[in-house]
Amino acid sequence: MAVYFDHAATTPLRPEARDAWLAAVEVVGNASSVHGPGQDARRILEQAREDVAGALDCDPIEVVFTSGGTESINLALKGLWWSRPAGHDAVVLPDGEHHATMDAVEWLSASERAVVRPVALTPDGAVPVDAFTAALPGAALATALVANNEVGTVSDAAGLTRAAAEGEVPLHLDAVGAAGSIDVRFSAWRGPGAARTGLVALSVSGHKVGAPVGTGALVVSRHATLSPLLHGGGQQRGLRSGTPDVAGASAFAAALQASVRGRDAEAARLGILRRRLLDGIRAAVPAAELLGDEDRRLPGNVHVHLPGAAGETLLFLLDQEGVAVSTGSACQAGIAEPSHVVRAMGRDERAARSVLRLTMGRTSTEVDVERLLAALPAAYARAVAAGAR
Amino acid sequence: MKILAAMSGGVDSAVAAARAVDAGHDVVGVHLALSRAGGTLRTGSRGCCTIEDAMDARRAADRLGIPFYVWDFSERFRDDVIDDFISEYRAGRTPNPCMRCNEKIKFAALLERAIELGFDAVCTGHYALLVDGPDGRELHRASDAAKDQSYVLGVLTADQLAHTYFPLGDTPTKALVRAEAAERGLTVAQKPDSHDICFIPDGDTRGWLADRVGASEGDIVDRSGAVVGSHAGAHAYTVGQRRGLSLGVPAADGKPRFVLEVRPVSNTVVVGPKEALATAEIAGSRLSWAGRAPESTSFACEVQIRAHAEPVAARAELVGDEVVVRPEVYFDGVAPGQTAVLYLGTRVLGQFTIARTVSAVPVDA
Repeated sequence: MAVYFDHAATTPLRPEARDAWLAAVEVVGNASSVHGPGQDARRILEQAREDVAGALDCDPIEVVFTSGGTESINLALKGLWWSRPAGHDAVVLPDGEHHATMDAVEWLSASERAVVRPVALTPDGAVPVDAFTAALPGAALATALVANNEVGTVSDAAGLTRAAAEGEVPLHLDAVGAAGSIDVRFSAWRGPGAARTGLVALSVSGHKVGAPVGTGALVVSRHATLSPLLHGGGQQRGLRSGTPDVAGASAFAAALQASVRGRDAEAARLGILRRRLLDGIRAAVPAAELLGDEDRRLPGNVHVHLPGAAGETLLFLLDQEGVAVSTGSACQAGIAEPSHVVRAMGRDERAARSVLRLTMGRTSTEVDVERLLAALPAAYARAVAAGAR
Repeated sequence: MKILAAMSGGVDSAVAAARAVDAGHDVVGVHLALSRAGGTLRTGSRGCCTIEDAMDARRAADRLGIPFYVWDFSERFRDDVIDDFISEYRAGRTPNPCMRCNEKIKFAALLERAIELGFDAVCTGHYALLVDGPDGRELHRASDAAKDQSYVLGVLTADQLAHTYFPLGDTPTKALVRAEAAERGLTVAQKPDSHDICFIPDGDTRGWLADRVGASEGDIVDRSGAVVGSHAGAHAYTVGQRRGLSLGVPAADGKPRFVLEVRPVSNTVVVGPKEALATAEIAGSRLSWAGRAPESTSFACEVQIRAHAEPVAARAELVGDEVVVRPEVYFDGVAPGQTAVLYLGTRVLGQFTIARTVSAVPVDA
């Protein structure tokens, strides 16, 4: 059984989520059907919607269930773009965003002539409110990570939201890695008012909080105008056509609720593990450097620069010892790329190739930490001998 | 042994990895990402290292129950293989990029990394035999002469050979390897072999080079220096070539002419009769031995100058830092830049890059 330090990539299914899914999947009915069986399914779906709304501080009508983070992000960015008023052609894109965001914006730039306005990150990996504000005037939309998924630094979502409201730009927040770990509050951040600008969309993903892969949601303000990605039966305010995945939504709601309920206690528990892990790494590798904000970060995230060792080599050696770690986000071709987030924090390519992202979650224990620390010295020594590339 | 199995996504490397597992070794599979511009899907039987190839390699590893990784050697590959390919053509020579890849990437960069990470050997699907002889490890031709790839492995040194593993070398025919793959449930059993150069997926080497070497018009001359035609880029011609010569002036004897030499400095291509291709001597100083260097400075051997050429009996002499080889039967057109691999029976002795050739036919003949 591998020692698992990649909870940011995915995390074990919560028992509540499994139970909710199994119960829901026994109810046969298309939630869009008018008859009794359809209503039975619909009932489960709408309960899930209400539960998610409670967990994220928004109205049930503002919850759109999707297939996960990537779909939610695409729906938000493309949806806002396609419904923008004439004469607004810029997209405010901070550095270091997730690939779903970067690639969607790149597509908008290449295919739809969107003008990209980048915003540099602080050396700690946060989105700076002042620079973000300066980029806003006249933009069609803006997007930002609530917490960076690689280095874990938590940005000032309330500040970014205020800036977008004052600047009259629709804002999408990527809460995929943040929801369930830190307090994510849609309505509190958005504030009152019926403007179609300010915080209008927020993405969340199921499998990051212990629901199955293929679940998630986009919170869409009732005041926003958004074009859909999928056209069809017009379900979910016409924003996400297709037979709703009732079992998935139910599992997602159960997982998200459980995460939010246990959030503060879990943050404290992970904080202790995190400090133990970091102390142990520093003892084994004195030159090790924590990247990202030491305090304002996701509780389970330890992201370190290990000079002289290639992250890819360390990953391999630790994997061979049964310890699973990451160098950044998972990708398709299987080749390690130098972390664009680390680069965006002002570090050089060498450093960007010499990092490890260690993320703990609900099932992480002291034993995991001890096992990683036991395997690290030999792996590091060998990686240094092999030379950083 | 801890074995790193290089898996291209083809059937040979998949079966090689399978045999390594069966032999009881501790095997890890790796796919080399050599081209950053690689395509997604494999089309036909050309090219290599698309994402689909990586998937095929991964599925083969899954089937064998071994760990699988993808390692990026694209920068080294670009520098050591692709750039070398271009600069050789620019210099009027005819390179063999597969040998360069074996020499610099597969059995160098990859092998070094493997040893750094605790592996004992790199395993590939090459058809060649490793034999432990009285003086150490020896490289021999494969059992299947038609599939023998000892030529492209001729660049390997004794030290490299000590850390390689070729499980397919003793297979009587390739057909048996495919049958074995099918029996093992490997989905690549019927996948076509890749031909041509892996980084030129559409097979149009001439076009690819034209984009990179640049094509400028020049003269085609006969051996007396008279201009007999023109060309649109010297890199499109190689020694021994007959086709593609659009010559305005027919030869005096009416017989076809062949490319004898490519001169990049003057941007000319020299042509002449077939007889003038006859080469009496080849020599070069960029050499390596697949084992101990020969004790004698003069010895009999067989020499093979192309991957699919017949070996020719010859005499080799070590003169200074050069090896000079005189075949018993003249070679029929040899391009500088090619590799000459020396054999003694089935055993590979070593290789050298052909730097200069001596024609068997004097110029005024």
